Amino acid sequence: MADPMKIRANMVGDKVEVKVLMSHEMETGQRKDSKGAAIPAWFIQNVTATHNGKTVLSAEWGPAVAKNPFLSFRFAGGKPGDKVAITWTDNHGDKRTDEATIA
Amino acid sequence: MDGSRRRILKGTGGAAVLGLAMAAGLFRTGSAWAEWNKAAFDTKSLADAVKAMGGGAPAESKDIVITSPDIAENGAVVPFTIASKVPNTESMALLVEKNPNILAANFQIPQGTEPWINTRVKMGQTSNVIALVKTADGKFYYASKEVKVTLGGCGG
Repeated sequence: MADPMKIRANMVGDKVEVKVLMSHEMETGQRKDSKGAAIPAWFIQNVTATHNGKTVLSAEWGPAVAKNPFLSFRFAGGKPGDKVAITWTDNHGDKRTDEATIA
Repeated sequence: MDGSRRRILKGTGGAAVLGLAMAAGLFRTGSAWAEWNKAAFDTKSLADAVKAMGGGAPAESKDIVITSPDIAENGAVVPFTIASKVPNTESMALLVEKNPNILAANFQIPQGTEPWINTRVKMGQTSNVIALVKTADGKFYYASKEVKVTLGGCGG
């Protein structure tokens, strides 16, 4: 199982700014190991962010997203104390959800 | 003698069925990510990527802003901020023209979420980077910017 995400959610004016740092190899499938065999692709394909059960962002990623992906976005309608949940799914079908409280 | 051969045959048959079942299982998990647009992620050019997302010819727009370093020392981690002032922005994608596959990431922006994304991508070499915006009425707009890469992010 993958390591937990680091999520920060802060009020910036009347919007919530969310910053997420995920822990993932994001292997492209383009690289070769020392024996010349291709290293299979292993990357996050889908990311969903929800606030009070409502989706505030969803993303499709390719293997070009950098290793240990960073993502930041802003949405309206949140207030301090609310929870923001982030879920990712990778191409192996692994899944991880983490939650943060808006500060 | 004959009997054991039958058993072996049956055994292999069973294994084949199991294999098929596993393949089917894999396939099922695969289709569970139907929202991952494989066709779009396999494309190599902006025109093809837009086509795979169901659009026509994209128009260049000054309302889309890409913020990034002009020179990236390390192509493995290049930070980008894309922002759109195009009305009714529904989704925003980041594309790197000279990467093996052009599409890096695509973000759906529901109402209430600012059309503003900050993320980091890999770049194999110096390339134009394109921010592509899709509006609610299905039109596509883009802006591009050249980013020089000193050290590629796709090598071993």
